[in-house]
Amino acid sequence: MCRIGAIKSLNPIHPSMALTLMLSQQKGHDNSGFAIVMKDLYGIFEPYKDKPLLSYSCTEKGKTIIEEFMMEKGFSKKIFRWEPPVKPFKGMDFAKMPFYGFDVFNYPDNLMNAPWETKEDALLDTRLELRKLLEETGDGFVFSFWPDVLTLKEIGNPNHIGEYFDLWTKRDDILSKNIVIQYRQNTNYEIVRYAAHPFFLQGYTLCANGENTFYVKNKECQKSLHKGYIGFESDSQCFLYTLHYIHHELKWPLPYYKHVITPLPFEDIDKMEAEKQKSLYKIRESLAHLEINGPNTIIGLLPDNLMFTCCDSKKLRPVVVASDGVTTVITSEVCGVNDVLPNRDPEKDIYPNEREIVAITNDMEIKRWKQQ
Amino acid sequence: MEATVKINEITQNDLDWKICYDSERCTRCGKCIATCTFNALEMQVEKRAYTAVEPELDNPTAHKRKFKAVPVVKQISDLNHKCVGCGMCEKVCPNEAIKPERNIDSREALINHPGGSPIKRGGRTNLSTERTLDKIKVGRISQMTDPSLDAQRHTFDLKTPFGRILGPEELPTKFIDDEMKIEGPTPPVRWIYPIIIGDMSIGALSTRAWEAICIATAYLNEKHGIQIRMCSGEGGMPIKLLKSKYLKYMILQIASGHFGWNRIIKAMPEMVEDPAGILIKIGQGAKPGDGGLLMAAKVAKHIQEIRGVPKSDLLSPPNHQGLYSIEESVQKMFLSMNAAFQFRVPVAIKVAASSSSVSVYNNLLRDPYHIVGGFFMDGIQGGTGAAHQVSLDHTGHPVISKVRDAYLAATAQGKQGRIPLFAGGGMGMTYDLAADAFKAICLGANGIFAGKIFIQLLGCIGNDNGRCNQCNTGLCPTGICTQDYRLVQRLDIDKGAEAIVNYMLNVDTELKKMMAPIGNSSLPVGRSDALVSVDKDIASKLQIPFVC
Ligand code: SF4
Ligand code: SF4
Repeated sequence: MCRIGAIKSLNPIHPSMALTLMLSQQKGHDNSGFAIVMKDLYGIFEPYKDKPLLSYSCTEKGKTIIEEFMMEKGFSKKIFRWEPPVKPFKGMDFAKMPFYGFDVFNYPDNLMNAPWETKEDALLDTRLELRKLLEETGDGFVFSFWPDVLTLKEIGNPNHIGEYFDLWTKRDDILSKNIVIQYRQNTNYEIVRYAAHPFFLQGYTLCANGENTFYVKNKECQKSLHKGYIGFESDSQCFLYTLHYIHHELKWPLPYYKHVITPLPFEDIDKMEAEKQKSLYKIRESLAHLEINGPNTIIGLLPDNLMFTCCDSKKLRPVVVASDGVTTVITSEVCGVNDVLPNRDPEKDIYPNEREIVAITNDMEIKRWKQQ
Repeated sequence: MEATVKINEITQNDLDWKICYDSERCTRCGKCIATCTFNALEMQVEKRAYTAVEPELDNPTAHKRKFKAVPVVKQISDLNHKCVGCGMCEKVCPNEAIKPERNIDSREALINHPGGSPIKRGGRTNLSTERTLDKIKVGRISQMTDPSLDAQRHTFDLKTPFGRILGPEELPTKFIDDEMKIEGPTPPVRWIYPIIIGDMSIGALSTRAWEAICIATAYLNEKHGIQIRMCSGEGGMPIKLLKSKYLKYMILQIASGHFGWNRIIKAMPEMVEDPAGILIKIGQGAKPGDGGLLMAAKVAKHIQEIRGVPKSDLLSPPNHQGLYSIEESVQKMFLSMNAAFQFRVPVAIKVAASSSSVSVYNNLLRDPYHIVGGFFMDGIQGGTGAAHQVSLDHTGHPVISKVRDAYLAATAQGKQGRIPLFAGGGMGMTYDLAADAFKAICLGANGIFAGKIFIQLLGCIGNDNGRCNQCNTGLCPTGICTQDYRLVQRLDIDKGAEAIVNYMLNVDTELKKMMAPIGNSSLPVGRSDALVSVDKDIASKLQIPFVC
């Protein structure tokens, strides 16, 4: 089972805290990858919050491809580049890429004053085109292209990856108020970088564990719903696409995400008042192919940085939410929480049930929506 | 010149079934003869030689060859009275003295054309009995990372939608305080059990058989919460049922003959419940391109009343007169049926699976009025009460690949599930209705419909290997498919209904037993990854893995 985690804090935090959160949760022999998404950035990225940030890894040739492409797309003004300091060491067990880049751009002139919807679309198109271009020659990967979002993904031993990028040393250059992270444990050795969660799409970030037993149904349905629903390298991508579809495309409130992915059993719906019944039936009818049927736990982060978790309807995967008032953690197993929030009151830890969404607001308030 | 050996005369050995008779065991009770509805047996007298001891004065042990007349039961070797292998004689014989036996050297299909007429019969195809579904296995078993469910402990939602489904963007939603309200009309949708008892009419079935199925349907709904629906078949239904609360379990069928609709329409003001749906029958898998046929022999007085017709062969035309295109059928037929029940009742269409089914389905999916509430596809292995044997055996299209194609076609447009797909034709042919339903659902069907297996549960002994299949003759030996008041007494309504209920309860458990190991608690519609096939061609056609 993959271990997943997320941290939200009033004070910007360093990825080392996320690595510590995951360390004691590691099990099994595989540990086939690592991915982290940071959102609401501080430290060296703080001045560029409103500028799109491209997160990628590539070959030397890939670097040129990216530069030329971005230029051609009008993203000619690269205003900042962060090249993570790397520390190669002996016995390193992961497949590293020659170059990792995090570039901040100015919007092209035609987008500068465009409405947000136009910008959103342009950023997505740019990432998708770039991804396609890099895939053609196998020269690189592009993980996110969005303001205030940084993504890093690698295949191999997660601890080694952290060490290589010197993420274990707590510093104040790379900080953020939201981190979503995953330590992959996968028995499928033929994995690609894109398969590592958290996934990212237009401000939405999501990671999940377990298997999506309705993957084929979800995928077949999503393929025709939106241009951004591509790849499907992991069955968990479906959860992100459904989240994006419900919340961004249909503009339904978040609790309806839960109603779509884990509809209430008919016997429960039938007990409700008529109006509610009607809407729940209609949702179940219209979006039957986006239902999930477990076993999964999902951690999501919305464009406005609301962080949440929910499970499949049978709660076949564990998850805990814990907070000390300043920092809140959502993760697979409580041992990880003990390492990062030793002084919290464990009695207040929340073990979400199969029918709720537990969400953390930007001022650390914990909200619980029960599916009813 | 008269033939020396009368080879053109029909003998037992020319027929499909031969009677095995043991005169030593026979007590001449005559039950078999009285029971055989096909008059295939008669009492005859055989001359038997025996040796008798007749002592003479000089020869106390003297023998004599003598003769006696022995009454025996004999098969009539005549095409009009041929044995059909129904086995009723064997059933009633108290002494195991008689039984039918399949004749592998039969020439019946060749010679059974009196006056040049083609063979007509009921049942299913007897030729294309190989089934795609049997070459498919549920190969994706949840074990470690995605645990199986417990069939006893978990709640399973064994329901499927019936009715036109709107896409989320088409729903008339409004949010008040983040609560969704559906404001405005939406097409009617019912959530029903994914198995529908397929359209067998009163007329094709005896009223008693039809009633037994109705009772089972109501019982399963009322006592066991299994929301199974029964389709009336063409020809209407008793007024009493139309006016009862049980109408909600019935799907009313309208076919090209429009039989029975006078009474349905007249009963409307007095209906206390809406029917579960309307099914417009365009075609039938057993005899695609052929209309309905109820032989005069079965048009008894009560059938004449229900259908509003005189006693004669009742033919439903092969097409709906006046409908010349899909667009037209959508507009006229569907609108009038929808309007008849003021858009409260889902209206679906049933067609015979054919090479063009997917285009038809695509067309309906694009219908801007959203009034087609279900697409029923009936395959070549479907049954019928009467058809030409040549149609039954040689025309039609297997349903499985068509359902898959239709599902994938809808998927390509992002419209899967908008018009629920129901597959029929040969479902339950190997008596495994749950497995058939499960596999069809994984391939993209929302549900299935089945008919024959339900009358087999009532007691029909017909099979797909040439046994009986005389549903068109009015002589049904089990009283299921006849209107003869003496024959219908053979069916025990309560026992028949009980057999259906028991079988469906078993199907319900079996469906859960199949869903549990793949880790699903709701119907895995389109979950083709759960399936594998042991046949390469089937695997590639259905886009599922081949395994061996
Ligand atoms: S098997 Fe049926 S048809 Fe044949 S003789 Fe016996 S009762 Fe008659
Ligand atoms: S028993 Fe009756 S219903 Fe069954 S095949 Fe024979 S005639 Fe048809």
